[in-house]
Amino acid sequence: MELLEKTDKIHETMLKNFEEKIERGDAIEPKDKMPDGYRKHLMRQMSQHAHSEVIGMQPEGNWITRAPSLRAKQILLAKIQDEGGHGLYLYSAAETLGISRDEMIAQLHSGKAKYSNIFNYPALTWADIGAIGWLVDGAAIVNQVSLQRTSYGPYSRAMVRICKEESFHQRQGYEIMANMMKGTKDQQEMAQDAMNRWWWPSLMMFGPHDSESPHTGDAFKWKIKRHSNDELRQKFIDKTVQQAEVIGLTIPDKDLKWNEEKKCYNHGAINWDEFYRVIGGNGPCNKQRMDHHVKVHNEGAWVRAAADAYRLKKEKQLLHL
Amino acid sequence: MGDDALIQSYRLSEWCSNAPILEEDLALTNFALDMTGRAQAMLSYAGQVEGKGRTDDDLAYKRKERDFYNHLIMELPNGDFAYTIARLFFTSTFEFFFFNQLQNSADTTLAAIAAKTIKEVRYHNAHAIDWVLRLGDGTEESHNKIQKAVNELWMFTGELFETEEVDALLRDQNIAVDMPVIADKWKEHVAQVLSEATLTIPESGYMQSGSNKGIHTEHLGHILTEMQYLQRAYPEATW
Repeated sequence: MELLEKTDKIHETMLKNFEEKIERGDAIEPKDKMPDGYRKHLMRQMSQHAHSEVIGMQPEGNWITRAPSLRAKQILLAKIQDEGGHGLYLYSAAETLGISRDEMIAQLHSGKAKYSNIFNYPALTWADIGAIGWLVDGAAIVNQVSLQRTSYGPYSRAMVRICKEESFHQRQGYEIMANMMKGTKDQQEMAQDAMNRWWWPSLMMFGPHDSESPHTGDAFKWKIKRHSNDELRQKFIDKTVQQAEVIGLTIPDKDLKWNEEKKCYNHGAINWDEFYRVIGGNGPCNKQRMDHHVKVHNEGAWVRAAADAYRLKKEKQLLHL
Repeated sequence: MGDDALIQSYRLSEWCSNAPILEEDLALTNFALDMTGRAQAMLSYAGQVEGKGRTDDDLAYKRKERDFYNHLIMELPNGDFAYTIARLFFTSTFEFFFFNQLQNSADTTLAAIAAKTIKEVRYHNAHAIDWVLRLGDGTEESHNKIQKAVNELWMFTGELFETEEVDALLRDQNIAVDMPVIADKWKEHVAQVLSEATLTIPESGYMQSGSNKGIHTEHLGHILTEMQYLQRAYPEATW
């Protein structure tokens, strides 16, 4: 009984320290005591974030061999490498919570862990590479800038670093779109078509409306999340509409209108049925993306086994010396 | 040299999202990035020397199959990871000795490109050697796979050292490299690494040839079809 009381006491103090830290705005570090819910929430969010970076390499990788100039190919290769690097960085950051990369990949394959829904859409033309960089990375930046102040130290630091590279990605996407809008009629049509297909899924990246996902959740209390879905979505729309206008692209939303009073754009209704359908597994590429990841992972098993065997052999040899 | 870089870069970039571990995905596509840069430098210079106003992109995206001069080994499909690694080992070893010498070329542009390239190639080669050792001396399965790859690729290695009359002329002017010297160094280095990796060095036999005359394997046409697609489909467009 005494022991139980003691444990409860320790637990209480621990939670109090954690809450005080959060309250002061101090970062939580891997060795700090934290509630299970906090740890689990972060594991889920950070592994999902890492998986998104990696799965996102697929639609873009689809165009590397067809990039239309040597410069375009170099930029795209560099960008995709950045995404993979972000994945590595985020996997490592998530590992500080006590989960291994292998476990995270197993969760991805079993369907327990998710990745960003946006990558369940196909990259059909070269203009899609522009749209992904400009709109998808543009939306991701808005979210990630906000996460730079998230309460978990390793995650926050990862975001600071990642944001620097993401802004380069957004510029490269915008440059592709701008060049195409200055080009032939075919190119302009291609760019507008990509805009039409990627605009709404990009808005959905911020998640359901605040009315459907209340502020009062743990993520806000723990300062993992600092801004609401609708706030972030609004920020993205306001900066993107102007960019589209400059290069002559039309936003595919007939209800989009400047709201003088609120000093922001009102937008039309988002098709949440589509959002939930795609998240539920019935998007254009869900099966393709997952099948590919599983296949490549399984096909590479013999390589990883060889690397492990070789390392063990060398360690043994060293010990005998 | 530009075509070698361009076509090998194409093959390596196909590994994006296809490698056995994320780190390797990044490494192979990073090499592809190095090689695209080298292709750009070499093809720009080729266009300049030609004097007809063709750019690096014109040479990469608007030439036909028979006008490409990359070695056949560069265009072969990736195969499995062992095959790609064995190829990278053979080609990067060749490139290491080749560019090492080319740094001293009397042609200052070539010498400058070589000086930049050698730094990259040194790394590609070290990476390939690490994997040849791991796969050769890893598990039985990996040993068999890399041995098979070495055996199958062997007949494409002779072509790397072929020379023509014009090479002798350039060699006399100190512009080109001394190929027999490079061939000897290559053989010695390759034999050393393969034996450390517990692999058997294939016996010398028939060597494939043809790229000097623009005669390729059937694979090059498919590479160009994909690589040149946008430039061919929209000839008026700039990107």
